[in-house]
Amino acid sequence: MAKRKSDFRKMMKKFWRNQTAVLGVVLLIMFVIIAIFAPQIVKTFSPKAAARAYAEDPYQMPRVAWTSNPLPPSKDDPFGVIGGRDIFYGVIYGTRTAFKLGLTVAGLSALIGIFVGSISAYFGGWVDEIFMRIVDIFMSIPFLVAAMVLTTILGKGLNNVMIALVVFGWMTTARLIRGNILQAREEQYVLAAKALGQKDWLIIIKHILPNTIFPVVIQMSMRMGSYVITAAGLSFLGVGAEPGYADWGTILSYSRNWMTMLDKAWFAIVFPGVAMVLFVLAWNLVGDALRDIFDPRMRS
Amino acid sequence: MTAYIIRRLLLLPLILIGVTLIIFSMIWSLGPERLLASYVKSPEALKTPDAAERLIRKYGLDQPMPVMYGKWLLNVLKGDLGYSLVGKAPVAKAIAERFPYTLELALYAFIPVVFVAIWLGITSAVHQNKFSDQFIRVFALIGWSLPDFVFGLLLLWGFYAVLGWFPPGMIDTKYEMVLRSPEWHTITHMPTIDALLNGRFDIFINAFKHLVLPILTISYLWWAYLLRITRSSMLEVLRKDYIRTARAKGVPEKLVINKHAKRNALIPVVTVAGGTVIGLLSGTVIVETVFSRTGMGRFLATAATQLDYWSIIGGALFYSFILVLGNLIVDVSYAIIDPRIRLH
Repeated sequence: MAKRKSDFRKMMKKFWRNQTAVLGVVLLIMFVIIAIFAPQIVKTFSPKAAARAYAEDPYQMPRVAWTSNPLPPSKDDPFGVIGGRDIFYGVIYGTRTAFKLGLTVAGLSALIGIFVGSISAYFGGWVDEIFMRIVDIFMSIPFLVAAMVLTTILGKGLNNVMIALVVFGWMTTARLIRGNILQAREEQYVLAAKALGQKDWLIIIKHILPNTIFPVVIQMSMRMGSYVITAAGLSFLGVGAEPGYADWGTILSYSRNWMTMLDKAWFAIVFPGVAMVLFVLAWNLVGDALRDIFDPRMRS
Repeated sequence: MTAYIIRRLLLLPLILIGVTLIIFSMIWSLGPERLLASYVKSPEALKTPDAAERLIRKYGLDQPMPVMYGKWLLNVLKGDLGYSLVGKAPVAKAIAERFPYTLELALYAFIPVVFVAIWLGITSAVHQNKFSDQFIRVFALIGWSLPDFVFGLLLLWGFYAVLGWFPPGMIDTKYEMVLRSPEWHTITHMPTIDALLNGRFDIFINAFKHLVLPILTISYLWWAYLLRITRSSMLEVLRKDYIRTARAKGVPEKLVINKHAKRNALIPVVTVAGGTVIGLLSGTVIVETVFSRTGMGRFLATAATQLDYWSIIGGALFYSFILVLGNLIVDVSYAIIDPRIRLH
């Protein structure tokens, strides 16, 4: 145990020496702060929008204008207005939406993936065969298309988007954990536990998972970005969150009415776009750095 | 290897049945009343009070799921995917009309994606940690984090709304007339290629102008992805003993890179490159919507927003079919190229 701890400390030291990793962490902390203090930030920089926010549902972007024409950034609305909605409010509260969506989807699909993958690997034989063919089948529908069809069926709304992303997002984790366990199964400590007569599920939970879980964490952080992008893509296509929901993709979807005159609506793309890029970048940087440290094949 | 290929081929029907089952059960879960909406073409049909019930019975929408699935699958095998409200034609016909446009886009994107990515990846690895490497890595990192619809909208803003160079859509209206005229020979259904075959270079230029931004949009993500793989594979090869040997015996650096290192570094890239075509095709849903191109992707997206269920099923099936078949071809050809893969 002591050895593992010092190993961990060494790895963390390596992590902090990686400049891009630090940049990723700084960006993530910034987003966390924005998400936590969203009400205060909106009140300070866009008081008009904050005053009109819906008390019963703060995730609705408030209407600040009754024209559908885009209004450029001004003192009242620092990021401008589109579809009558305050973009600044949407970008700030959209941070909360992004965290909520990313963490929920990444967490749930990892859980399902771990469950399926570990059962499949540990029992092998026909159990493995059936589970892996199911994985193959779910992977045979392109992710965006599958998520789009399921959201269409379930109806608009962030919760339905999350369900759709989880239903079609667990397979890579299942494959990853299965591969890792197949390797770990032959290790001495597992054979020893088995010889001591420990129960199968206890061996999985107590011995195998702790030693194979880290790649899953790395994968989760790498996929956080792609989940947020896919959800935003669904909103952009008009099958994601409800119109008016404080979500980066929803703001972008308003610009679809101005597709040939984007010079009049650039602020509806640039501000949520920058937020999205930085958010995804942050997770990618952190995930990348972690992988470099923990995957020995990537070490130089 | 034969065993591997046979196994993959035997699994193919199973996978296809699984895919159709998933897609069908999603649609089935809507219930008979909502499904009926995609059969009724005018509100007139529902005027009498028991009309809905009668129609539900007539189309067999109240039958148990296995029966409905079986009937539907038989129709699909016959090529009958239902009627598309969005395409105002049978779904199969609507898809057949639109697919060439999507294929055209993916084909044009494929060549620059692969070659530019390989070139950038190799350059980056050869000049590791120098300025050009840092620059390419930042370029890749941004591409990897930039959602395609954001990038597409930015391009549309800069190159169309501001500069007016590359318009969205398929082709200018004045040429659209030519395409519909009886003198025009439609051969491949791909505007640029048909234009060349008809000897109309001006139309080719015009159609291509409409393709530039979609190609760029769809390419960037894949550039980023492929160049990362090329770079790490090249770095790995450059550390190998035989490269050191080659350098030690005085082989010129250029020859070491091009002959000894590059060829070996490209093996993993080839596997991924095959998958790129599939990725490019499924990336068209968003790109075609952003640039208002009449293709499979936009068809599916429009069908989804208008709840045109048979078009949604048809589109999803079509994309899955491409993915399954593409993966099969890639895997089998890779098993032939690289014997190591067969062991797994």
